[in-house]
Amino acid sequence: MSLARRVTLPAAILSLAIGAAAYAQQEFSGAINARQGHMQIMAFNVGILGNMARGNTEYDAEAATTAASNLAALAMVDGRGYWVPGSDNGAVENTRALPAIWEDMAGFGADWQAYGEAVTGLQAAAGNGLDALRGAMGPLGNACGACHDDFRQPSD
Amino acid sequence: MGRLILSCALAGCLAIGMFWLLTAPERSDAALLSGLEGDARRGEAVFWAGGCASCHAAQEATGDDRLVLSGGRAFASDFGTFIAPNISPHPEAGIGGWSDLAFVDAMRNGVSPDGRHYYPAFPYTAYRLATVQDMLDLRAFIDTLPPSAQPSLPHEVGFPFSIRRLVGVWKRLHMPDGYAVSGPLDPVAERGRYLSEALAHCAECHTPRNRLGGLDRDLWMAGAPNPNGEGRIPGITPDRLSWSEADIAAYLRDGFTPDFDSAGGHMADVIRNLAMLEDADRAAIAAYLKALPESE
Ligand code: HEC
Ligand code: HEC
Ligand code: HEC
Repeated sequence: MSLARRVTLPAAILSLAIGAAAYAQQEFSGAINARQGHMQIMAFNVGILGNMARGNTEYDAEAATTAASNLAALAMVDGRGYWVPGSDNGAVENTRALPAIWEDMAGFGADWQAYGEAVTGLQAAAGNGLDALRGAMGPLGNACGACHDDFRQPSD
Repeated sequence: MGRLILSCALAGCLAIGMFWLLTAPERSDAALLSGLEGDARRGEAVFWAGGCASCHAAQEATGDDRLVLSGGRAFASDFGTFIAPNISPHPEAGIGGWSDLAFVDAMRNGVSPDGRHYYPAFPYTAYRLATVQDMLDLRAFIDTLPPSAQPSLPHEVGFPFSIRRLVGVWKRLHMPDGYAVSGPLDPVAERGRYLSEALAHCAECHTPRNRLGGLDRDLWMAGAPNPNGEGRIPGITPDRLSWSEADIAAYLRDGFTPDFDSAGGHMADVIRNLAMLEDADRAAIAAYLKALPESE
């Protein structure tokens, strides 16, 4: 084997491997952006309610009801298109989604269901005064936290 | 020659004797409890602040099931896997048959009723700083919970860590004799220090450890590698955590960060416990975090 071939063959294999990883990265970037965006819209609406509950902003029944309805609508979105197998934090970058999601789809689905239930409680409470809203924030935080606990890598 | 063997044997005996003496379990005197009586109602707050359910309730237990302290949860460590025992008031499977003194010894000295050392996976290094009254209240509360007949499982710990007597050496090195944060504190932060250091054992996760698994008290709450291997547990000293006191207190109640992401990892479970406390107690913990020395 010539020197050139000895160097280029491994280099070619290596670049192929990198290429495959880059391809996986690219293939999933849309899905990852979409699900993180979904989470961000949830956090934005939780923020409207949470800032009222914490006394950072004035309580406003109408705005609270709107935010709670948005959260309910977000719970109804079928996200199967962007929770795609192979897009976990072990395989690709820029995601904190743990492989556990795909190892335990039923558990992940149950946590999503529990979030939907917490939001139903929130919808009933949000327009009903500050105390009712404050009371419903805890169960909501629990529902988000329960899923992040099992299925999201802690922040670094 | 005979003399040499004899003196060697003597030295050996002496060393063993010293080891035995130095690793002897520390027991409390019964006088410690005299005149004190447990109050189950007050004990409930101690229970949630102490986070007992996080380890002694079944894995994934939610709602009222977190009050069934059947044990069974496993904790992997560099030294082996520890399995939390049944501490429900069941007379045989749990601790229903224990005296109050035995309970206080377990909590504050890490010593079992038959005089053996517990492993520090059971955070008695924190509970050691708790008041005797709080421990009796806690016992009274646990007595009101449902008994579970589920037997405790043995730990999966290999030699030499399987020798409990060795824990005596560890205790000599790492049992705290006082608070990590010693400075003068206002009464609110002082309450927060009690809750955080003696009961809620925040440092067990937020402080890095040395090679023997003891907390590095010079880096108190400075953040630590996550024992699960995923990510890091964040530092929460004022130079690392810029949240307002109100934001910290609210996070400990509803689990939302100031930008309304939600807490994950083991913190979500800690918050499920702390959410059961009075607002004033969470505000006290927040004041204590603000009073921590900087870690850099
Ligand atoms: C059923 C599981 C589940 C529930 C319920 C859930 N999340 Fe998430 N969340 C995740 C996962 C998994 C990720 C990581 C996604 C990634 O990085 O690809 C995430 C990421 C996030 C992020 C970071 C997004 C980014 O830009 O990286 C925020 C913010 C967030 N969630 C907020 C919330 C809030 C607020 C709630 C409750 C109202 C909630 N989540 C409920 C699973 C969940
Ligand atoms: C069993 C382990 C454990 C214990 C005990 C614990 N924490 Fe945490 N804590 C964590 C983890 C893990 C995170 C990261 C959470 C995440 O990824 O969302 C965290 C995050 C936090 C944060 C948010 C920091 C940030 O920058 O996002 C605060 C504040 C905090 N903890 C305070 C406390 C206090 C106060 C106590 C004691 C009352 C405590 N913790 C006890 C594991 C623990
Ligand atoms: C971080 C996990 C953890 C927490 C939190 C915890 N424990 Fe434990 N506990 C353990 C482990 C592990 C053991 C076993 C220790 C051993 O066998 O050496 C144990 C042992 C015990 C024992 C001895 C039981 C026996 O059968 O000998 C008692 C009593 C006990 N814990 C009570 C409590 C109480 C009360 C609380 C709350 C204030 C609590 N524990 C919080 C992990 C924990």
